[in-house]
Amino acid sequence: MNENQDQALSAAAEKSEQLEGARREFLSFRLGGEEYGVDILKVQEIRSYDSVTRLPEAPAYIKGVINLRGTIVPVVDLRLKLKLEQADYDKQTVMIILNMAEKVIGMIVDGVSDVLTLAESQIRPPPEFNGVLDTRYITGLGAIDDRMLILVDIECLMSASDMTVLENAA
Amino acid sequence: MSIDMKQFHQAFFEESFEGLQAMEAALLTLDPDTADNETVNTIFRAAHSIKGGAGTFGFSDIASFTHDLETLLDQVRAGQRVPDGPLTDLVLRSVDVLRDMLEGARDGREADVAHAAELRGEIQAMLKQDGGGAPQPLAAAADMATPSGWIICFKPHRDIMLTGNDPLRILRELARLGEATIEVDASELPSYPDVDPEQCYLRWTIGLQGEVSENDIREVFAWVEDECDLSIEARAASAPAQAALEPDVATDDSAPAPTPKTAAAARPAPASKDGGSIRVATEKIDQLINLVGELVITQSMLEQTARALDPVTNELLLSGLSELERNTRHLQEAVMSTRMLPVDFVFSRFPRVVRDTATRLGKQVALQTSGEGAELDKGVIEKIVDPLNHIVRNAIDHGIEMPAEREAAGKPAQASIQLSAWHQGGHIAIQVSDDGKGLNRDKILSKARDAGMNLPDNLPDSEVWQLIFAPGLSTAAEVTDISGRGVGMDVVRRNIQSLGGTVDIESQAGVGTRVTIRLPLTLAILDGMSVRVGEEIYILPLNSVVESLQPQLGDVKSMAGSARLMQVRGEFLPLLSLRELFGVAGQDLPLDQGIVVIAEAEGRQVALIVDELVGQQQVVIKSLERNYRRVGGISGATILGDGRVALILDVGEVIRSRPMAVAA
Repeated sequence: MNENQDQALSAAAEKSEQLEGARREFLSFRLGGEEYGVDILKVQEIRSYDSVTRLPEAPAYIKGVINLRGTIVPVVDLRLKLKLEQADYDKQTVMIILNMAEKVIGMIVDGVSDVLTLAESQIRPPPEFNGVLDTRYITGLGAIDDRMLILVDIECLMSASDMTVLENAA
Repeated sequence: MSIDMKQFHQAFFEESFEGLQAMEAALLTLDPDTADNETVNTIFRAAHSIKGGAGTFGFSDIASFTHDLETLLDQVRAGQRVPDGPLTDLVLRSVDVLRDMLEGARDGREADVAHAAELRGEIQAMLKQDGGGAPQPLAAAADMATPSGWIICFKPHRDIMLTGNDPLRILRELARLGEATIEVDASELPSYPDVDPEQCYLRWTIGLQGEVSENDIREVFAWVEDECDLSIEARAASAPAQAALEPDVATDDSAPAPTPKTAAAARPAPASKDGGSIRVATEKIDQLINLVGELVITQSMLEQTARALDPVTNELLLSGLSELERNTRHLQEAVMSTRMLPVDFVFSRFPRVVRDTATRLGKQVALQTSGEGAELDKGVIEKIVDPLNHIVRNAIDHGIEMPAEREAAGKPAQASIQLSAWHQGGHIAIQVSDDGKGLNRDKILSKARDAGMNLPDNLPDSEVWQLIFAPGLSTAAEVTDISGRGVGMDVVRRNIQSLGGTVDIESQAGVGTRVTIRLPLTLAILDGMSVRVGEEIYILPLNSVVESLQPQLGDVKSMAGSARLMQVRGEFLPLLSLRELFGVAGQDLPLDQGIVVIAEAEGRQVALIVDELVGQQQVVIKSLERNYRRVGGISGATILGDGRVALILDVGEVIRSRPMAVAA
């Protein structure tokens, strides 16, 4: 294969990537008064909140484990994880089951709203807080009319330093 | 076209390792005086299969090494050579080298080439000895009597090419065997527009000239036997008398001559003879076991729900459910049993270990085994080999005296080691006993003190024996390559404990030592006692539960202010609250109203305070680590009848993080 062809091919690949990246789907969910979005491809299913089995030695935001059709799945309370005010669980409280890399985890949120499609142009880069606020897990802000969606990189969030529990840091 | 050969490699390696094991077992039973043909044949066949497979898959070094070995074995088979000590020894060492080469090929690492070459030299040297040693294969002798020509009618079925076979290749193969005259019959060839290029319309009649055996010809057609009509007739031209002289039995031996000319040698050996079994990937079985585990959970969920129903109006449903319960239980047992292997898989390697170790040390040892049929989980079997190996070698090295010493002590010069296995409840016990000199109490104690342990003189024997499992202790006077470095027994105990098992030692000076290993039958299921603490249910492995009792207030003492001890039959055990340990909400009941479970692991006991005993049940062990991580004091999780998750306690870890029990 000659070089020209090579270049043409990789250019084509890039273009198609851009096209695919141009419109992405997010599952939006509520936490307090804020609205968040997570890549729909990471979402395995949504379940109503069920009682969990507590784990010893676990940080507060790890509520425990549940039985997901025979697999033991840890459950994270995202409010506690993001250091938001704690809320009581009610009928609206749901668990988003996420499938990331090799692991499956559950994430407790106040409620899910809908699936939104965002074009690249609707996504703004996250603002800088100069280290006042850890925003590494925020990949961007999505604007739809007057709604603002905080787009989170769930893998980054769940493997940030204080979440090493999800690594094998025994 | 490239087929991924890797998928076949796995099967080749598995079969080859089995073959080596069979060779080894047969070699050890081989007696030069009464060498029976069947044993020699077993060895030969195994070597032959390995050679064939290695050739096919391109492991040429393995193939060529085995080739010489095979030649040697062939001579034994033909009666030209007596399988005496040196020969058996050489073949046994070749088995080791082959195993190393195969493992190397499997793991993609470099095998010990120098050693292999050296051994190969020895084999070739042995081949050169003895007059009849010229590699004149037996099978070739049988071929001598074959007629000088054949007429072969080869009528392939129409769709032969769909199976990937090419008649042309077969014809070429035939032409290599001898001088072939091939006639083609194209009468069935349709007119051109009707020809389907994927069909075969031709037939051939082949006249083959030369000294070729019928077997050789059949080998060529071996792949297409089912896709063609084949007839092979001897051309009546020459030497019918000679052919008649040759008894059928001679050609009965299916192993072809190891002449490079035959295509057969490069083909994998036929699948193993026992048609009663199939080879299944372990993952598939594990998946089955998992699914059945789910089924058991679902079934017990249904059963719990059904308890609330009126037995009269729901009679049919309830009887159906109890039928389901029975069937699930049987299904579970049946599926679990597919992972079970007889313990013979481990025992069968020990004649070799004992023979080698004893020879090297100049000791005489006879090995007896019993209970080889007892079955346990494949995973457990694989992990028990090394510890057992260690114990047996230790017994020979440390326990058993030199022959002269034995005779002086009034014992037979030949020592005996017994390997036995038996089922005991949900466990299997494996015992290694020897009739050697027993453990030396004083020596162990002084060694332990040298290592800085503070020990009373009146330590009971059983605890002294446990000391040999401490890291860094070896009682061998001299370090040998077999034992004495003191890194062994602690690893042995750790490995066995990681399988959920225990090791016990009994020993009597001058009489012998007995090491007993107790192991769970399987790693996937556990007999558990469920206890409640607050809202949570925890599972205690039943094998670590000693007893449960309701404490009297007077039994509980405090030590150093905070630590609590409980007096149980003269022993003070650390008293722990599971609630505090795992941070469960709520308060413990007053002690004289609660329940205390005495749990034991690694020879130490602990008293655990719980709210209530819920019951005993078998639980399927699930991994917490798969989606989460390891949790201290917890060995895993399981799913209860109501679908909730319960954590399984790791009693050993709970105890290890606590002070030792103090003798009263």
